[in-house]
Amino acid sequence: MLSRRSYYIYAAVLIVAMIYVYRLFQLQVLDDKYAVLADKISLRKQTIYPQRGLIFDRNKKLLVYNEPVRDLMVSVPFQIEGIDTSLLCELIGIDTTEFRERLERAEKNAYQRKAVFLKNVSNKIYARIHERLFEFKGFFFEIRQDRNYKYVSSAHVLGFLGEVSRSDLESQESDYYEQGDFVGKKGVEQFYEEFLRGEKGEKYIYIDKLGTSKGSYQDGRLDIEPVDGNDLILTIDIALQEYGEQLLQNKMGSMVAIQPKTGEILALISSPFYNPRNFNIQNRSEFYGKAAVNPTKPLFNRAVSAPYPPGSTFKPLMALVALQDGAINPGTHFPCPGFYRLGGRIIRCHGHPSPTSLERSIASSCNTFYCHTFRTMMQLDKYEDTEAAYRSWYNYLQSFGLGRALGIDVNGESKGWLKDAEFYDRMHGKGSWIYANIISLSFGQGELGFTPMQMANIAATIANRGYFYTPHVIKSISGVDTIPSKYTEKHQTLVEEKYFNAVIEGMKLVTISGTAAHVAIEGIQIAGKTGTVQNPHGKNHSAYMAFAPADDPEIAIAVVVEESGYGATWAAPMAHLMIEKYMFPDSTTKKQYLEERLMNADLIPEKYKNGN
Amino acid sequence: METKTRIDFISLLLYLFIACIGIASVYSATSEQGAFTLLEGRSGRQLMWYGVSVFLAIVIFLLNSEFFEVFSWYFYIGLMLLLVAVLFVGAEIAGSRSWLKIGSFSLQPAEFAKYGTAFAIAAFLSHIDVSLSKRKDLLTAGAIIGIPAVLIILQGDAGSALVFSSFILVLYREGLTPLVLVLGLTAILIFVLTMVIGTGILAGIVLAILGVFLSFTYTNKKIILPSIIAAVACIAFSFSVQYIFSEVLQEHQQKRIQVTLNLLEDPQGAGYNVNQAKIAIGSGGFNGKGFLKGSHTKGDFIPEQTTDFIFCTIGEEGGWLWSAGTILLFTLLILRLYWLAHRAKKKYKRVFIFSVASIIFFHLTVNIGMTIGLMPVIGIPLPLISYGGSSILAFSLLIFTALRFDASRDEDLQSVFS
Repeated sequence: MLSRRSYYIYAAVLIVAMIYVYRLFQLQVLDDKYAVLADKISLRKQTIYPQRGLIFDRNKKLLVYNEPVRDLMVSVPFQIEGIDTSLLCELIGIDTTEFRERLERAEKNAYQRKAVFLKNVSNKIYARIHERLFEFKGFFFEIRQDRNYKYVSSAHVLGFLGEVSRSDLESQESDYYEQGDFVGKKGVEQFYEEFLRGEKGEKYIYIDKLGTSKGSYQDGRLDIEPVDGNDLILTIDIALQEYGEQLLQNKMGSMVAIQPKTGEILALISSPFYNPRNFNIQNRSEFYGKAAVNPTKPLFNRAVSAPYPPGSTFKPLMALVALQDGAINPGTHFPCPGFYRLGGRIIRCHGHPSPTSLERSIASSCNTFYCHTFRTMMQLDKYEDTEAAYRSWYNYLQSFGLGRALGIDVNGESKGWLKDAEFYDRMHGKGSWIYANIISLSFGQGELGFTPMQMANIAATIANRGYFYTPHVIKSISGVDTIPSKYTEKHQTLVEEKYFNAVIEGMKLVTISGTAAHVAIEGIQIAGKTGTVQNPHGKNHSAYMAFAPADDPEIAIAVVVEESGYGATWAAPMAHLMIEKYMFPDSTTKKQYLEERLMNADLIPEKYKNGN
Repeated sequence: METKTRIDFISLLLYLFIACIGIASVYSATSEQGAFTLLEGRSGRQLMWYGVSVFLAIVIFLLNSEFFEVFSWYFYIGLMLLLVAVLFVGAEIAGSRSWLKIGSFSLQPAEFAKYGTAFAIAAFLSHIDVSLSKRKDLLTAGAIIGIPAVLIILQGDAGSALVFSSFILVLYREGLTPLVLVLGLTAILIFVLTMVIGTGILAGIVLAILGVFLSFTYTNKKIILPSIIAAVACIAFSFSVQYIFSEVLQEHQQKRIQVTLNLLEDPQGAGYNVNQAKIAIGSGGFNGKGFLKGSHTKGDFIPEQTTDFIFCTIGEEGGWLWSAGTILLFTLLILRLYWLAHRAKKKYKRVFIFSVASIIFFHLTVNIGMTIGLMPVIGIPLPLISYGGSSILAFSLLIFTALRFDASRDEDLQSVFS
């Protein structure tokens, strides 16, 4: 009887064994969530960042290169035992309270079982901690590529990197970017991000509970080698760019120089500018805030973002439109008594011989001539009314890339101001406005605003006798045959080539016997046009646009110096020196006194200097 | 008459096989990408303990089995004295004072106490006058088992003390009324149900069962009162469970029970071990990740992974094949030992061998049960596999003594008592 009890016990042993074997089957074979969990816990993906593409100027001078930055990372969850936290705090220069805070933050932000503990560890701290890292289990470094710069120049063109934002992460189409990645935020870094960034590599490693590496996963079969980014060659001429920056230092203004035959931007300067080295990942936090509140707005790229009324620099374009439209012809003369009377209103001109020819109207910048021209055009018989004439005028201007974004590869591009007819309908009532309401447009004032980029493009278009290529700073991308096709498409304007000669003759006269003759450059025939832009907020803006050599142009340029005075005083000589520098890069200018005067002048109005 | 001394090869092979699995698992759980060889570190020491075990086995087989019978009580008393001694001179490790330091080695008398107790209970039960139906003898048997258990609890090692409940199986086999087992299992059931569904619902269920039961049997007047008493006792016990749980058990024990019953999710705290153990075992799949290739094992994520949680390594690296295989080997060993007990001709030997099988069964059930989340975490080793000299030596002594007894069974007369 008792031995029967043995069988009950055998049965109990078998039942337990069967339950356990089945339970194991459930855990190991039926349920695969544990395998996933195990990998999540003991597998870490290490990102290997590629070398970002380098950036060169048009003469292959290196502008932007990479500099490694190290982030001190912490493995999450973190096991604090066995770590001399006070020593670690001392090495990285924080106190234990901050240590705890950083750890808490890291645990909150952990991704792939790791988080940044200390960003951009300086070389000094890195050297101090690196050789003792084994003492701090769970801490490790990750290397990423920050930027550094050969020249303290071209910041607005080059742009900068930044950490990818949450919204970028959410809106990206592929899942290339991960939290903490660097991405081009401004300038060519942003425009050509796709080429510059390369392809990140991945390395899968096993880690233990302290986050220390335990060797590669599946013998590295899933690892991906990083692919370095493509280098960029820009159209910028760094020597010219730096020269222009010297000319514009301590001034508010900008310059854009374009190669007319190609649309390549040779120089793009907005002043005040900032030192790109201060805006890389490591340094930006220190400098950004100060730059952002500076009243002279060094972060603002005036060259492409600030529309100015063109003032008299508009006159050659006005003449071209009127010629094409039949309002005037190359032989047209208008009398100028020194003013233009519009009912009770007087529009002043300045002393010059009368009557004025087309060429002289440009050379001497006669307002009266353009008032007559504009009135004539607005009242041409072929137009039903002023509105129809205005629409025609508007279309001509649009064909020069005005009133719209050109589509350049520099960020922050403004459309400028060019109002459509409906604007005046709203302002004055439909059908109840005539040429007199908008006559100041004829000499570049009123509801008209071009960015220096647009002005330079007008100069380039006139230089080309009627066409332009969308300005761009990309010259070539290594490993890629072409640049974006929109930069190789010719844009024909609505003004035919034959009308350009008369206007160009006038622009030549500007530097021979006109408003900019006093700063003519020996040996280069420059076609230019000065502008003095009325500024209701302060002194006039000095403006100038030009191209040279006039008969076979290689450079077109626009210069604006804010709140400085006459176009002939500041903008014109600067533009001429730029042209000289570009045409004769190896010789120094004969106008040293002029160069010095321009470079040394401080034209920033006192009102902007407060608090600096 | 010439008697043959034959060792039971089936048990010996099972022992060796399990021992190899143990050494390999300890090696895998400690080897760092080849930084260690098999002979270094814990696996090396494990091998050494097996060497000592072989030596002890030889000594055991050289001794006459009567020697053990004669000295049974001395073993028991000696070990009880060690248990007392350890309370005063023991080294405290991880909250329990259960280690004796001898030179560079530490021994855990609690592991050997099972060995002594098995001798004592065998000697006592095989005494010609003793019967478990007698209250006095039952109490004596209870004391033999209870004394070491209490001493071990005093050391702060409740898990090792629980092992002594495996002797209840032995007593049952030798005539203890099944009521004890039924009551014990019912108490556990009520405990679990109270924890999961609460006293209120439990009371309702008990009363409903009582009602149904009485509606069929009300004609039998003798049954009415006992069944009502039983029902009331159940409900009363259920009420006291809450008190026992919160007052008798320590906080970590409470949490371990709650985690096992899925009443508490605490994967970073009380549930950490079991959660990591389940992940390690579960990620092994059917085939396992391969010897030395367990990422969880290598990553040191499981605490006590060479000792109490060694089964995780087998589960992760060997998959279902090896973990189920290990359970199969143990089951065969246990059943084989039960069979050896069954065929023993002396009651003394039968009880001893039966005790050995029951102890292994208890360890297996609790240890593997906790790694797969079916039992609360109770820190006792997996026999012959978990790292630890005391455990290896104690189980080797138990098994080889059992085999020694079996080997000389032909010398014994057929016992008249069975």
